[in-house]
Amino acid sequence: MVAREAAAVATPAEARAAGLDQEDLLLIYRHLLVTRGIEERGHILYRQGKIPGSFYTGRGNEAGAVGVGFAMGLDDVGCPIQRDMGVHIARGTEPWRIFAQYLGRVDGFARGRDGNVHMADFRLGLVAMVSHLPAMAPVAVGAALAFRLRNQPRVAVAWSGDGATSRGDWHEALNFAGVRQLPVVFVIDNNGFAYSTPNALEFPSGRLADRATGYGFEGVVVDGTDVLAVHREARRAIEKAREGGGPTLLEIVTLRMEGHAVHDDAFYVPKGLHEAWAKRDPIERYRAFLAEHVPGFAEERDDAIRLEVKQLLNEAVRRADESPLPDPATVLDGVYVDPAELDAPHHK
Amino acid sequence: MAVRTYLQAISDGLREEMRRDERVFVIGEDVGVYGGAFKVTQGFQSEFGPWRVLDSPLAETAIVGACTGASMMGMRPVAEMQFADFVSCAWDHLVTVAAKQHYRAGSPLPFVVRLPSGGGFSGGPFHSQNPESSFAHIPGLKIVCPSTPEDAKGLLVEAIRDPNPVLYFEHKHLYRRIKGEVPEGDWTIPFGEARVHRAGSDLTIVTWGAMVHTADEAAARAAERDGTSVEVLDLRTITPWDRTAVLSSVARTAKLLVLHEDTRTAGFGAEIAATVAEEAFELLDAPILRVAAPDTPVPFSPPLEKAFIPQVDDVLRAIDRLASY
Ligand SMILES: Cc1ncc(C[n+]2csc(CCOP(=O)(O)OP(=O)(O)O)c2C)c(N)n1
Repeated sequence: MVAREAAAVATPAEARAAGLDQEDLLLIYRHLLVTRGIEERGHILYRQGKIPGSFYTGRGNEAGAVGVGFAMGLDDVGCPIQRDMGVHIARGTEPWRIFAQYLGRVDGFARGRDGNVHMADFRLGLVAMVSHLPAMAPVAVGAALAFRLRNQPRVAVAWSGDGATSRGDWHEALNFAGVRQLPVVFVIDNNGFAYSTPNALEFPSGRLADRATGYGFEGVVVDGTDVLAVHREARRAIEKAREGGGPTLLEIVTLRMEGHAVHDDAFYVPKGLHEAWAKRDPIERYRAFLAEHVPGFAEERDDAIRLEVKQLLNEAVRRADESPLPDPATVLDGVYVDPAELDAPHHK
Repeated sequence: MAVRTYLQAISDGLREEMRRDERVFVIGEDVGVYGGAFKVTQGFQSEFGPWRVLDSPLAETAIVGACTGASMMGMRPVAEMQFADFVSCAWDHLVTVAAKQHYRAGSPLPFVVRLPSGGGFSGGPFHSQNPESSFAHIPGLKIVCPSTPEDAKGLLVEAIRDPNPVLYFEHKHLYRRIKGEVPEGDWTIPFGEARVHRAGSDLTIVTWGAMVHTADEAAARAAERDGTSVEVLDLRTITPWDRTAVLSSVARTAKLLVLHEDTRTAGFGAEIAATVAEEAFELLDAPILRVAAPDTPVPFSPPLEKAFIPQVDDVLRAIDRLASY
């Protein structure tokens, strides 16, 4: 392996060295719970027949997504994908609007024009994905190019799944970014499978992060069940990019704990693999870390945070359900932009 | 004859052709172990093995590019796009290399790309499109859009045996909903021959794919309501398309409605309307009408999607306009 293998984060002191104080540690915990909670509730709503279309979750990747999202700066920009709910949450996306998106309501980010995880709050520096993978990788590179041209100390983050790294878009994005040493971080959510296709039928190299060498930058492999290690490595990569050090390829290793989408029972995943990874659940792992290192966590903080998250999500579902379905008479609206809409902060 | 669903008919055609001709192989994302996103190739890998039912990387240009190369070397590949929408990732290859290969270099490319297309389930902008019209503009490609199980099978086998790149659009909304009798054994349906789905004398609807069933329902309702007699002509293939059948139907009914699920502007309906206006202007008793989706991406939320996809009522309104003209 050419890529660097990141070490685990075992103590609060190490987390502090990566810029996290105790309140940050608890906030990360809350983000993890909100991330999983939104997808669990969405799943229930889907089974109740309330969510049209299909439904995807990122179970198993909560730490990977929250860890990177939390490491991004306020003015940074990201193009998260289908397993990255945690990025939206870590950057402050309002859960009720996510439910409104799922439900196809006017307050969803796509206003009913698009659904499920094809969403983002652009005001938070996030760009909504399209289905076509990894079409947003070159987009993130374009954002990084703009930062470079304008001498802004901002960084773009481009996510891809393991499977989507097989497409040409991904190669072109990394190559261009490497040539120009642009301020962009490429994250791979390597959850072992692309739909039913295992890593071994997707790419022949040992680790995807090794490919970074060919593009002239560093590759790092990190355990996606260790939210603090993901955060530390993402922060390093982002700050390096911000200081002119060029791109990094960060491969986050997890297992996709559910089917590709809710219709898929993942029969093709070898027996025992889910059970083995369930023992390494990222949220349980982090809870154990907090219980060991944060005074009062196991006794009261944990329960208080869980209760607060539960209430937040109850309220979010209720509010989303009050949002109306779009009026069919508006079906033509929005195909072309109105000049008055060009005032989003990230456009300036 | 056996009663088969549209989806089973496609599977049957493909399986039988693979048994008959060992040059035929299947390539695509999740087509092997998983049996394809819609299960068209379920059980194929256990029958034909992992090299004839090839799970590819997530890489549409690689899939279609491999079809070009393998067919050039004498194989008969059948590729599956997981959804028709993803063919946009292979657009460059299809248009730049495959479509022009025979014209430029004389080497035939006998391959098929299967494209699960169409909306109706809140698939949103990237899992619902009907991109046949954009390919109809590209000389060198053939385009097939079956609407019944019998046509689905006969046209698929024909497509596999055709020496050109063929885009085979299979409508997802027909997969399990539409059943019908399918003849057994080795037979095919030639390209470029439209089929009268319902005979009629007052006006003609020319359509294809899932809209054949929408047109048929509208025609049945019009007949029941006031006896208006509507002919529904299923084009079945877009390239080549059966001008003769369209012109001779219009010669009898003198009124034409073109219906498609793809968006309106520069959709293939415009080509049909222009051809009829050029060649049969004197025969027409009314302006040619088009019913198609509005010019927007396919929206996700159910009320918007319903407003987007042509509905039976939209067709009925157009029938009324033409009938009363
Ligand atoms: C270009 C393209 N082809 C096919 C698909 C259909 N599809 C959706 S997700 C997926 C698998 C993606 O795998 P990976 O990149 O590993 O991400 P994961 O879903 O495992 O997180 C496929 C094949 C797609 N979205 N885009």
